[in-house]
Amino acid sequence: MARLEHKHLRAVRYFHWVNGPVLLVMVWSGMLIYWSYDPYQISAGGFVLVKFFPDWFYRALDLENGLATGLAYHFAFMWLFALNGLLYVAYTLWSGHWRELRPDRRTPIEALHVALHDLRLRKEPPPPGKFNAAQKLSYVGVVGMGAGSLLTGLAIYKPTQLWWLTSVLGGYQTARVLHFALTIGYGLFFVVHIGQVVRAGWNNFRSMVTGYELAPDTQEAPHGTNSPAPAGPPARAAS
Amino acid sequence: MGPTPPPPPARPPAPPRDPAAEAIGRLTRRAFLVGGVAAAAGLGGWAWLRTRGAAGGVPWPLRQVHRVNEWAGRGLYSGGRLAPEFDPARAGEPMVNGNHGRPAAADPAGWTLTVTQPGVGPRTFRQAETASLPRVEMTTELKCIEGWSQVVTWSGVRLADFVAAHGLGRRPDGTLYDYVALETADGAYYVGLDAPSALHPQTLLCDAMNGAPLTVAHGAPLRVVLTVKYGIKNIKWPTALRFQDELPADYWAERGYDWYSGL
Repeated sequence: MARLEHKHLRAVRYFHWVNGPVLLVMVWSGMLIYWSYDPYQISAGGFVLVKFFPDWFYRALDLENGLATGLAYHFAFMWLFALNGLLYVAYTLWSGHWRELRPDRRTPIEALHVALHDLRLRKEPPPPGKFNAAQKLSYVGVVGMGAGSLLTGLAIYKPTQLWWLTSVLGGYQTARVLHFALTIGYGLFFVVHIGQVVRAGWNNFRSMVTGYELAPDTQEAPHGTNSPAPAGPPARAAS
Repeated sequence: MGPTPPPPPARPPAPPRDPAAEAIGRLTRRAFLVGGVAAAAGLGGWAWLRTRGAAGGVPWPLRQVHRVNEWAGRGLYSGGRLAPEFDPARAGEPMVNGNHGRPAAADPAGWTLTVTQPGVGPRTFRQAETASLPRVEMTTELKCIEGWSQVVTWSGVRLADFVAAHGLGRRPDGTLYDYVALETADGAYYVGLDAPSALHPQTLLCDAMNGAPLTVAHGAPLRVVLTVKYGIKNIKWPTALRFQDELPADYWAERGYDWYSGL
């Protein structure tokens, strides 16, 4: 018989599901803004590998001539993005959830092993645990990217009042490049994230919605009845 | 008659109900219901926002947020905080983006700036009348709201010095008017500035760029340059300047942009 295992804190699920659509609006409005000055590209030896973005891309997503609209949405939803992110970080610190994400010295090499395993280049599966090493690095990394977006965003939003921040980040144009690069990073994160969610299957996805996962009952359930306890944040703190 | 048929086999005992499967089923239904309602509310809110009537070119709730952001921006603003200056060797010519209000030809001798404020008749100044004020040169980064920027060496006189030298901009009780409105001769381009930004030490009445007199394309004979605003507020060819307490009209604020546009 299977048993229920609590996996994701209610608050963390809320922050996650609020962040998704808010970040989507930020990326969309950011691209409306970027269109009006879009010089970035990746090139090697004079050969352009990737141009951000080709005309067909703007046309396909209706991103042309929308600077004022983009700014208006960007500077409205920035509050939601920042508030949700700051609340998440504060909650994670307060609840002790950060301990489950904390990488250690061995995390980078283990993350590599996970990646090799997922690419079927390595047999050994990662050791069991709530988050594997690759997840820890990704999730800590993407939160760090969020902080980076906030800081680089402030640096290009108020470059005179916050001139010291803009200077620390390498100046106005450098901060803009970083702000853009982080957005590309979210795109890459999203692709891998969705791929892994699909791979991991329904039980895993459901746990991000309900908080619980069905686990094969390899041992007597600790409380006998298996009835789910309400997700009290501090109670999970030490797990 | 044949033998009596054997009794039907006893039905196998019902499998024990799995409480975990039942519990996850309950949780799943509840969570997806809550999630579905939340998603519908979110999409509904989005549809609502997208369909609001426009206020100055954007849905009015976004215009309201611009005002909230202006309030936050004014709170963050400090008149003593200066934009960084750069090595003049890095200076270059900025793109010419705006041509609204551009005169057919430069006429420095005939150019005047008419200043008005409540209760005071218009006062007209010629360019030469700004020459007695201390000259300021600064190499700062002009930032276009489109996203590009350009380091430029500007020179001219501080708008604050000009205002002070002629006793302008103050109400009878000595306090500053809230706003400054600037306009080109044909009224084709107009900007509004909050008084603190207009009187910022890096706000210039500028007549030279990168060591040479301004060209007509860049605003000759005189333009306004600010480091606390995007380029859209750096009006070229202004001929009228008004001090007032009403929010001045602003060309780009009427076309969807933030009225304040403060950096």
